[in-house]
Amino acid sequence: MGWPLERLRRVRFVRRFSRTERTLHWVNAAGFLLLLASGLILYLPRLSVLVGRRPLIKDVHLWGGIGWIGALAIVVLLGDRRGILRTARELEVLEPSRFNVGQKVNALLNAAFALLFLVSGLLLWFGERDTRFRFTSTVLLHDILMYAALTLLVGHLYLAVIHPATRHSLRGMTRGTVREDWAKRHYPRWAPPPAD
Amino acid sequence: MNRSTPPAEYELMDDPSPKRYGRGLFLTTLFGGLTSIAWGRPVWSRLSGSLAGIESLVPLVPHGWRIYSVADTMPTFDPATWRLAIDGLVQQKLALSYHELRALPQSHQITDFHCVTGWTVKNVHWKGVRLSEIFDRARPFPEAHALQFVSAEQPYLDYLTLQQSQLKDVMLAYEMDGKPLTREHGAPLRLVIPEMYGYKGVKWLNRINLVPQAGDGYWEYLGYDRDAWVGRSNGYGA
Ligand code: HEM
Repeated sequence: MGWPLERLRRVRFVRRFSRTERTLHWVNAAGFLLLLASGLILYLPRLSVLVGRRPLIKDVHLWGGIGWIGALAIVVLLGDRRGILRTARELEVLEPSRFNVGQKVNALLNAAFALLFLVSGLLLWFGERDTRFRFTSTVLLHDILMYAALTLLVGHLYLAVIHPATRHSLRGMTRGTVREDWAKRHYPRWAPPPAD
Repeated sequence: MNRSTPPAEYELMDDPSPKRYGRGLFLTTLFGGLTSIAWGRPVWSRLSGSLAGIESLVPLVPHGWRIYSVADTMPTFDPATWRLAIDGLVQQKLALSYHELRALPQSHQITDFHCVTGWTVKNVHWKGVRLSEIFDRARPFPEAHALQFVSAEQPYLDYLTLQQSQLKDVMLAYEMDGKPLTREHGAPLRLVIPEMYGYKGVKWLNRINLVPQAGDGYWEYLGYDRDAWVGRSNGYGA
């Protein structure tokens, strides 16, 4: 019956992301998109008019932000902490390994941005209540973070979903495994463990 | 949560002295972001002078304006039924229609708009009427020492003392940058007082109530300063 079956048999998969890593990624993505959407409603006059209900959107945004960071912390605490720590160590060294340098920069910047979003967001919130927390540059920081994070997101989505050579990586983040030949080609310096 | 061990073998880990530029990038970004709360605005205003052209190329991005509102829906303006009420301590109560308001002597001004949260819109072109035109017709009693500005957006209101209201570029504005006020900017009428932060500039204005003394407006009730002088109130300058 020919080659398709044979080829199927020869395709081997390797494990790329642990369940904790994948959960962390998707919780981060969901929280970010919620905050981006609600933040843009607060920010863009046309959306503000269209949606109205500013007090509600503000609550969604603030509590969404706190929930976002809180949920990430919980995933790490309940998950494979040592694995996350090991991944973090790997990110510290800007040379290709399990990730290429671009991926590492993306992850590091997003981590720093998340903390800065939290700090500036909380300052905006407290500043509305107490002049000691009110600074003219807080909104500027929050806005610039938004533009920077959005730029990273566009590049990230292009490579993960659209670009033919790299979009197989999406499988690593959904199912946890990728094709061995693909991994070898894209990450020659990574010695992946086999799936299962 | 599953503790399945992730891949472990990285050649880099064998490198005895790896260069941690990644850590540097992370910490530098964090440090730059946190300290920018002290230096961001002044640096940005110097930069944006040279960037002003670029900004206008991106139509979706607001040119400095953010729309703040406190109720679930913004008031809508119906020229047929809209009235500006002038009442309280006045000899002649008024209820001006939009048409009557536009028929009053007009003034123009180009002034900067400052928001207390830190953003500024420069050179806003306003057109409207001065309060003196209103006073000439309503004739406040001598006991009227303050004005209460009431918005159609409940429960927003704010006050100015009579003295503050007589600053020369205080205006009841119905046009902004050459066009009638849009809904989000307070159509059809808003108060403009460039010396103070934007929260004093009541949008969707539909009543001016002359009162013996100023009280707390919407944001003052939440802790903002009544005298919202730009650069010298609300924790700034001082
Ligand atoms: C922990 C995370 C966050 C917190 C606590 C937070 C909190 C806040 C607060 C309190 C405001 C002010 C709302 C107001 O008073 O009008 C705000 C505005 C905003 N946020 Fe966030 N935020 C967070 C994350 C994000 C993220 C991830 C994005 C986008 C990707 C974002 C985008 C925005 C935008 C665009 C605005 C409008 C700013 C403006 O008016 O210039 N925020 N945020």
